[in-house]
Amino acid sequence: MDYKSAGLSDSEYKRINELLEREPNPLETQLVGVMWSEHCSYKSTKRLLKTYPSKGKYVLQGQGENAGVVDMGEGWGFAFKVESHNHPSAVAPFQGAATGVGGIIRDIIAMGARPSVSMDGLFFGDPSLKKTENLSKGIVEGIGAYGNAVGVPIVGGKTFYSPCYTDNPLVNAFSAGFVRLDKMASSQTAKKGDLAVLLGSKTGRDGIAGASFASRELDEDSKASKPQIQIGDPFEEKLLIECCMDLLDKDLIASMQDMGAAGILSSSSEIAHKSGCGIDITVEKIPLREKGMAPWEIFLSESQERMLLIVEENKLDPVFALAAHYGLDCAVVGMMTDSHRYRVYENGELIADLPTSILGDTPEVIWPSAEPANIKERIAIDPSNLKSIDPENDLLSLISCPNGRSKHGIWEQYDSMVQLHTIEGPGSPVAVVEVPETKRACLLTMEAEPNKCWTDPYMGASETMALSLRGLWISGAEILGMTNCLNFASPEAPEKFYELEQSIKGLADTCRSLDCPVVSGNVSLYNETASGQIYPTPLVVTAGLLKDRRKHLASGNAGTGDTLYIVGDLCGSLGASRYQVMKNGKPAGKTVRPDHDKEKLFRERAMKTAADGVASSGRAVAGGGIAVALANEAITSDRGINIEINSSIATEELLFSEGGARAIYAVPKEKADSFEKIWEGFPCTEIGTVGGDKFEWKDMFSVDLSKLKKAFTEGCF
Amino acid sequence: MKTAVVVFPGSNCDRDVQRAVSESMKTAVDMVWHEEENFSGQPDLVILPGGFSYGDYLRSGAMAARSPIIKAVKEHAARGGLVLGICNGFQILTETKMLPGALLPNTSLTFICSRCWVRVEQTDNKFTYGLKKGEVLQFPIAHHEGLFFLPDDDLKKLEDAGRVVFRYADPDTGKAGAEYAPNGALNGIAGICSEKGNILGLMPHPERATIPHLNGGTDGIRFWDSIAKAFKERGAC
Repeated sequence: MDYKSAGLSDSEYKRINELLEREPNPLETQLVGVMWSEHCSYKSTKRLLKTYPSKGKYVLQGQGENAGVVDMGEGWGFAFKVESHNHPSAVAPFQGAATGVGGIIRDIIAMGARPSVSMDGLFFGDPSLKKTENLSKGIVEGIGAYGNAVGVPIVGGKTFYSPCYTDNPLVNAFSAGFVRLDKMASSQTAKKGDLAVLLGSKTGRDGIAGASFASRELDEDSKASKPQIQIGDPFEEKLLIECCMDLLDKDLIASMQDMGAAGILSSSSEIAHKSGCGIDITVEKIPLREKGMAPWEIFLSESQERMLLIVEENKLDPVFALAAHYGLDCAVVGMMTDSHRYRVYENGELIADLPTSILGDTPEVIWPSAEPANIKERIAIDPSNLKSIDPENDLLSLISCPNGRSKHGIWEQYDSMVQLHTIEGPGSPVAVVEVPETKRACLLTMEAEPNKCWTDPYMGASETMALSLRGLWISGAEILGMTNCLNFASPEAPEKFYELEQSIKGLADTCRSLDCPVVSGNVSLYNETASGQIYPTPLVVTAGLLKDRRKHLASGNAGTGDTLYIVGDLCGSLGASRYQVMKNGKPAGKTVRPDHDKEKLFRERAMKTAADGVASSGRAVAGGGIAVALANEAITSDRGINIEINSSIATEELLFSEGGARAIYAVPKEKADSFEKIWEGFPCTEIGTVGGDKFEWKDMFSVDLSKLKKAFTEGCF
Repeated sequence: MKTAVVVFPGSNCDRDVQRAVSESMKTAVDMVWHEEENFSGQPDLVILPGGFSYGDYLRSGAMAARSPIIKAVKEHAARGGLVLGICNGFQILTETKMLPGALLPNTSLTFICSRCWVRVEQTDNKFTYGLKKGEVLQFPIAHHEGLFFLPDDDLKKLEDAGRVVFRYADPDTGKAGAEYAPNGALNGIAGICSEKGNILGLMPHPERATIPHLNGGTDGIRFWDSIAKAFKERGAC
């Protein structure tokens, strides 16, 4: 085995020789090569990810496990994580996206949790292209086909279009599950003498070395990479869920790990290393789907729907009995040792013998960073092109454009209600789910602001994070933690590494200031093709808790006669806003500078507004600015809105600027005094009333509600 | 009233319907694995839940219709016991021939999950006995194969026999028919019953309109109440 085709650099190969004090054999070279790949090792980002705040009063399990776990109270934990499946989805949209859903669900199972909700972040290319239509159709169908069959509701998500994703679409799959705290599982609790058991599908040649595939740029050869794409079987996954839940319920599992990237190799080596053990695996005991597979193919296969269980020997019989009940394959393939060695045997012969640390403690790479030469061009903004001559037409364009319109065409293809716990599903800016058997609710927001991250990665990422928090604060939720998926171009180019480094810094600073621990995540690099790179795309999912779900302040619930307020500044920034991109064709200009003190003042008041029940509806100002927030509120509340603002701010700035701690509220007349009292010490402006059947803005426009609805739901006006 | 929910491999609304029935009808609900050959104890109501039994591979409901428990379900129905098939359960009932027809892919060729309204077409059966003929209920749908199909002659017979129980409808006007079917179902048929009225299959999910604080509405409660009323006033058989 040539070490270079195993993905190892000269210096990495030299290091392996030093660590082993000998030359690795070809199988060993392959095994180390995959574990040291970017996808498995996070070698380019490990150092940066350590800067995230990891502690918080609700954190039960932070980064380093299959998923993070936060405390929901009353004995319930909530395991959650987001993961990319970008490269597979670019090459085989249906299967790539489907197996993305399946893969993240197994991460949740591995924490002992029943997968309870999913969400998806989708980034598609130029919406006018047939290519985008085909890719998005396949991806959405793949997510639906898998998620619907496996019975995990898709309660929300984010869909974003930009030409930068035309050749490199992104699929970020989020899943989460509730777990009784006394049933939590771990990949760190195996001990000597325990048996390694494979549960689920047989191992085949599908998805071999997918991890290395995901660790380089997509090129024309990628289409020849189809064998590296896995094929999903949601039926098998559903059985796997039920079987694992049963096994955990009966306390039959000592430790467990899902099989994702680098399959048997990564799952077994991680369990051995994290548990401080060694492991001996016998190749011929691994059930195979096809004949003649070489050991390296078996170890690197990414066949789907498999779990690695660590079982105490005296519990083997009931484990096999339950597997048989569900019709699942089950086989003992190895044993935990105290050798700290990762040993592979084939017909009695030792064919690989590595210290577990060489597979677990992977090296770091420090890439140089340099501010992009074109950063001035990215932040330059020409106000003369931005004048809003016809505000009504601009508003209708903003709510009907692909990024602004209703995504029901996508989410109606997903089962959002199965499992009977969805309180607010797709279409709402905040997803709300019942915590089992309690009065509590779990709230989730998913955000990404690629345009803002392109023009200023630090400020864009800060705004992304703050936006996800504001949605939860307005709902009245306490922040539990966040998970993030970092989609970036190659780290090897200093200008691209800069984007990655600055975005992580933006997320880390915001999370630290605003008390949001980071509990899990995933990094996807090399998102670029011959036609260019993607915009920096950090996606965040933040989880919040409402101890009493009746205190939830929803959006789209404005009542006739309510007074409308805007809290926060009347004006944000047009830089990289939806309006600016619509007018100029590409993002330019900076978003607002993060102001964490202001966010804290906003947080305190927003949470009190919800807790005291003084508003009937609340909504963060996001894409499209105040005008679009009000239009969305009118549409979802099915009520007219009448606005009058006396201000010298330029029309486009007032209507469409974005960023900063800002929200609109609808407040019943009799509660207006209490509302205003809560917001003392923070900009708070009464701007109008709810009622009628028009969205009317004095001296600006008057649009029929029916016309707004049509623009939003049908994407034309 | 005793209820049993059959769990097939790939069922995914089994626990939902268990919760909905036990919370609204305040009864214990047995979960019965498809490999059983008999129900333990005598249930009054057997529910075949929604989901993707056997992954819906081959054809929705086709493999589940061959499960060991089906013989006991048929015997239960033959005794006059109540059998309710929801979504995939309806598909299974047509595959077992306990109900006529077939559920074909939606005309959109996509999965559809949304709110949906159905009109009660008749109340002379064990399920809608307590509802009013002509009233419109909101039950969510979530399916890929929901286009109810029968050849013309058989469809006419079914209609003439008054066995159409639910039809897709407009909530504002109360009109019902094919034009309100989200899936292309012939005559807008959402649910049908057996000759004796003790077997009901429907595509929409009443269990998703049962828990008041969730997003599916509450019309399902009226449906479960109606079954309980029929059982109390008219008995199981």
